[in-house]
Amino acid sequence: MTQEELMHKSEEVLPGQQRYVAPIEQTPLQSVDSVNESAPATSMWADAWRTLRHNPMFIVSAILILILLVVAIFPGLFTHQDPNYCTLDTSLDPPSAGHPFGFDMQGCDMYSRVIYGARTSMSVGILATLLVVLIGTIIGATAGFFGGWVDAVLSRINDIFFALPILLGAIVVLQMFKTSGSIWKIVLVMALFGWVSTARIARGAVLSAKNLEFNTASTALGSTPMRNLLRHILPNSLAPIIVIGTTSLGTYIVLEATLSFLGVGLPTSTVSWGGDIAKAQDLLRTDPMVLFYPSVALAITVLAFIMMGDAVKDALDPKSRTA
Amino acid sequence: MGKYLLRRILQMIPVVLGTTLLVYALVFALPGDPVKAMFGDKPVNEAVAAQIRAEYNLDKPFIIQYLLFLKNALTLDFGNTFAGQPVIDEIGRAFPVTIKLALMAFAFEAIFGVVFGVISGLKKGKWYDSVILIVSLLLISVPTFVTGFLGQYFLGVQWSILPVTAGADPGFIDLLMPAMVLGSVSMAYIIRLTRSEVSSNIALDYVRTARAKGLSNRSVIMRHILRNSLIPVVTYLGQDLGALMGGAMISETIFNIHGIGFLTYQSILKGEATLVVSIVTLLMLIFVVCNLIVDMLYAALDPRIRYA
Repeated sequence: MTQEELMHKSEEVLPGQQRYVAPIEQTPLQSVDSVNESAPATSMWADAWRTLRHNPMFIVSAILILILLVVAIFPGLFTHQDPNYCTLDTSLDPPSAGHPFGFDMQGCDMYSRVIYGARTSMSVGILATLLVVLIGTIIGATAGFFGGWVDAVLSRINDIFFALPILLGAIVVLQMFKTSGSIWKIVLVMALFGWVSTARIARGAVLSAKNLEFNTASTALGSTPMRNLLRHILPNSLAPIIVIGTTSLGTYIVLEATLSFLGVGLPTSTVSWGGDIAKAQDLLRTDPMVLFYPSVALAITVLAFIMMGDAVKDALDPKSRTA
Repeated sequence: MGKYLLRRILQMIPVVLGTTLLVYALVFALPGDPVKAMFGDKPVNEAVAAQIRAEYNLDKPFIIQYLLFLKNALTLDFGNTFAGQPVIDEIGRAFPVTIKLALMAFAFEAIFGVVFGVISGLKKGKWYDSVILIVSLLLISVPTFVTGFLGQYFLGVQWSILPVTAGADPGFIDLLMPAMVLGSVSMAYIIRLTRSEVSSNIALDYVRTARAKGLSNRSVIMRHILRNSLIPVVTYLGQDLGALMGGAMISETIFNIHGIGFLTYQSILKGEATLVVSIVTLLMLIFVVCNLIVDMLYAALDPRIRYA
């Protein structure tokens, strides 16, 4: 009943029986009406983004990662030295003009090797994570959505891979392709053994989203199961998948360095911090600085991604706040 | 309880079979002919080579080789290495060292992880909470082999507190630094896990009730907060004990410890298929059994969980 109708009605009552009807401006209802209905609805993503923007850990890690990305994409901006130009007469020379970190055992410029190493670490980390998330989500979502024997088979395969430590599996496979290969061989091996935990999380998320009301509503409106999966279930299962993706990115960078350190990772022609650390390990007593620079670069990169992962986790999964 | 245990053990069988088959297939596909390698620089005597192949079942198809391996493994006969040593002896030599190392690392991470985590969680926002948090973040970021070198450089070379490498038959002191390095990453995770559990439990109603009953601070923390916070920590620790044995590969290589990790790495490099598969099978059994024990421990820690 609008205000005019109320006023009209009140005019009909006899004198003495009149009641005062306050105009809406004078009632508390005013505040309800003043809610801006045209403002966009805040989604979980907008909320998460607001939390992220105000998290100092996110800002620090985002700046670090941006710098690392620039270094990885345009290493030529930071050094004019060729990291693979090495002459033995400069072997283990101390820092000098244009060579702030000095030279390693083979006489390569340490600074340019640290700069060019960023490209290897960043590309392995990012590509491995993308591939792991893609494979893990497809397998996990298939298992969770179809259930039944599909789920049983996929989950048993998952159990088998879960029991096999990723480092062990990676060494065995990489041993076969020791001589050949680009970073893709490492990325593929990481995806082969890394999809397991993402698949478990994707399966769980899809299973719980499948039973929510919006899914029933959408089915009642005539959606096909496939459309339900792609338009409703997957977008609602994405948060935990993104969280595990970001938190594990740093782990893949460590894994690449570890494999290169063990000598089964990238060929020595590729500049890799892990490989440089391996080459420098005998210099621990005499020239620890050669060991120090690639180690610090590696640690800072991993730290940036771990912090980013923590921040994303806090924003998307408020139940597990770390700070 | 017994029924549950039986079901879990039965469920383990296909996983163990699948994983050994996977590893066997991977190692089988390794390039290079180990029999040819045994002859070194000498020309290969085909008759002898054929005899060796027959002895190691290398002349049979892959699946037969695998089934023969399984059949023998059931009687604890894992065959011989290509150097003629029984695999079980090699493992028997390396295993006690790794167990010692893993248990020390386990004790290190469990004690320091929980203690620092509880301190941090109880006093959230204090300066030592921030220090503990930053140090644990750093430990997670720095790869094990870098932590190892840092330890070797400072504790070993600069200050000469601990031996730089462990020898053939390492004692407690020799294994102290490797164990700390091995357990450091997990310790950092345990600190973070314990911290977030304690700090979220501390605000719950049952803690207020316990305090209202007049219990001492010590009793509230030990009997109420800690017991409830430790359930996820125990899960993590249980899974980690199995992972520590496999993860010892890096620390054993750096510190020259002749344990299981070192042996695994060496045998992968040499293409010693039987040795690799035997070790992986063993590690996996340990891993699965640890997980089972963790699930049993749940019931002890959390009376709400009962296994029918």
